[in-house]
Amino acid sequence: MALLQISEPGQSTKPHERRLAVGIDLGTTNSLVATVRSGQADTLADEQGNHLLPSVVRYTDVDVSPIVGQDAKQHAASDPLNTISSVKRFMGRAVKEIKHFGSQLPYDFVDTETKVPRIKTAAGEKSPIEVSAAILTALKQRAEQSLGDELTGVVITVPAYFDDAQRQATKDAGKLAGLNVLRLLNEPTAAAVAYGLDKSAEGIIAVYDLGGGTFDISILRLNKGVFEVMSTGGDTALGGDDFDQAIAQWIMQQAGITENISQNKIRHLLKIACDAKESLTENESVDLSVEFNDSNTWSGTINREILNSLIDPLIQKTIVTCRRALRDAQVNVEDVQTVVMVGGSTRNLRVREKLGEFFAQPPMVDIDPDKVVAIGAALQADVLVGNKPDDEMLLLDVIPLSLGLETMGNLVEKIIPRNTTIPVSRAQDFTTFKDGQTAMTVHVVQGERELVSDCRSLGQFALHDIPAMVAGAARIRVMFQVDADGLLSVTATEETTHAEASIQIKPSYGLTDTEIETMLRDSITHAKGDVEARNIREQQVEADRVIDALQIALQKDGDLLEEQEVNSIEVALLELNKVREGDDHRLIKTSIEKLNEATTEFAARRMNKSIKQALAGHQVDEFE
Amino acid sequence: MSGSQSQNYFEIFRLPIDFHLNTQKLTEHYRELQKAVHPDRFANAGDRDRRLAVQQAANINEAFEVLKSPLKRARYMLILAGVDFNDEHETTQDPEFLMEQMELRESVAAIRGLDDPFSELVKLMQTIEQKKSTMIDTLSQLIDTKEYLDAKVLVQKLQFLEKLLLECENLEQDLADAL
Repeated sequence: MALLQISEPGQSTKPHERRLAVGIDLGTTNSLVATVRSGQADTLADEQGNHLLPSVVRYTDVDVSPIVGQDAKQHAASDPLNTISSVKRFMGRAVKEIKHFGSQLPYDFVDTETKVPRIKTAAGEKSPIEVSAAILTALKQRAEQSLGDELTGVVITVPAYFDDAQRQATKDAGKLAGLNVLRLLNEPTAAAVAYGLDKSAEGIIAVYDLGGGTFDISILRLNKGVFEVMSTGGDTALGGDDFDQAIAQWIMQQAGITENISQNKIRHLLKIACDAKESLTENESVDLSVEFNDSNTWSGTINREILNSLIDPLIQKTIVTCRRALRDAQVNVEDVQTVVMVGGSTRNLRVREKLGEFFAQPPMVDIDPDKVVAIGAALQADVLVGNKPDDEMLLLDVIPLSLGLETMGNLVEKIIPRNTTIPVSRAQDFTTFKDGQTAMTVHVVQGERELVSDCRSLGQFALHDIPAMVAGAARIRVMFQVDADGLLSVTATEETTHAEASIQIKPSYGLTDTEIETMLRDSITHAKGDVEARNIREQQVEADRVIDALQIALQKDGDLLEEQEVNSIEVALLELNKVREGDDHRLIKTSIEKLNEATTEFAARRMNKSIKQALAGHQVDEFE
Repeated sequence: MSGSQSQNYFEIFRLPIDFHLNTQKLTEHYRELQKAVHPDRFANAGDRDRRLAVQQAANINEAFEVLKSPLKRARYMLILAGVDFNDEHETTQDPEFLMEQMELRESVAAIRGLDDPFSELVKLMQTIEQKKSTMIDTLSQLIDTKEYLDAKVLVQKLQFLEKLLLECENLEQDLADAL
């Protein structure tokens, strides 16, 4: 059979050429970017040699790009309302869920119709997604400057305990920053990769990740390059920031301050609290002095004992979560071979002491706890982008929180329980309640509690076009699918007539595609022409992927096809190659779809073949 | 149907249909299969191929989840053998078992008021786990001897205990939240 000969479509996708891929740790307090060079993963520094980029964004004016990092951080106290820090805490959250300090919100939030919160700044209203995108853009620029070319793909890390809304928000931020997000990777899993590959470890490890604003515990089983997450647990609103807040509240109590204090004072106080906390890892006690107003300056001393009493309840909370994670993984404390510490807050001595007690072994702190996540993400990005075709590494992650549906009486029916390995798909059947009913609403929630109101609402799915039947006759099958990023998608079909019920999704906290497009259009760096150019670019990238993958597939498995099938594939392939060069992104899209159609059967046969090959040699010995 | 979706879960892993399966082989085969189909292996492929990989990986995960859990495996084997489970409308009628369930439930409810609720809860959960494990031994014998209807009754009873364990976990979460 003649093999197809088709010229290379994109210059950047030549085989054997090393593709640039980075891992990004988008942290609450600091962010990092890392890459693999000469087989070695390392974080990238800015021009001044700093690896950590403070996750702080300052907006100065409408026509000016935001300032990101250290320069912005320096203005946190002097320009608190335009200087956004810890924005990760707001991702995928509504205004009412954002933690208050005392009774005050940290920024000037706008009450909007959509549930995505917006912050009033000197550069206009900004959503947490846009603020995060500004941080990602800064890291992208750093990486492209130091690597000297455009990035092919990135892996962005998220707390393992992030729910669907928080993950979606992070992915949207990546999209807004113009990144090709290969994968959202859970932070503890990334840390395990960083440790595991170095030491080719086997066995059960626990990763305890306490960052600035989030806490995660993951129990993993490592075996021959497979990282299998057995369970995960955590709290997306618990971290070092809470230690600072506890200290700040204590200072206010000591100083006898009961009324609200200004934003500037809060920032000032939190900075003093944070410095005191850090200083107490070196010193037994620290002298403090806080000027609340002209007539009230408080001076006092905080020692380790006081600090410990303030943070012990928070540490205890993390230990209860560790215990549950072990049980979910069905392992005992003694089974854990290694405990890995990740995140800046694990520098705290009390945290190390309490964890050492609980796991009955000293935790590992070999790799810089600030960098370990970015390093692991870079290793995964390098594999995903195709630089290591023979690598056996595989990460099998789990869904952190149960997915369910609202049923009668405000109760939740769980469809996919927490700690189920992803990807996963599950179906649930529904029927109509009234004669002739043609529509119904499905409410999807995430969380462990029994009442809908105690769980997170992910979205309402309105099903239309259900064929009219008597009550209870229709069978509507709603399929939930969670992909490797932990993101949910829902489809529905009417089973008795096989009519596809159309779904209208109203995300409770996410952005619609239209909103993202509007944001792109509104952002000063993307004039209208840019959006068009970007649409074309996106379709071209997809076209190149499809063409490249198909060429490799034909070379490898062309024998699975009949001559006639090859011909029809060839026609569609030539067509796509032609329109790819043009500037009509819709036409490119249609041609991709046509080529996909022509290769559906081929793809299925190849999948079957690889499944068969995976277990080849296991045929005989199983039936002993 | 394409790929692994037309095969039963045992066939997917190339294992004989037997309650006493070799869990080590199951796990090894699971890892080999995921290495072949996981969507991360298709990170550079087109959307359609990635979606196909997600479906295949999800199906293999589902099969693994069912086979590695003794209770789910038993229920699945009974379904393969033609036993009909109509969960919503059927439930066990055994008065002795139901009485015991009520007592266990009362013990769970009483834990909130105790001095050290966490360790009491752990003890209670261990008790339930032990009961479960004894019942699963019996269940495996019933499946071996093809006494499917008795096995079905036992599966239903075990589902009660599973639910009770879930309630214990929820209680623990409540207690932790109150810290």
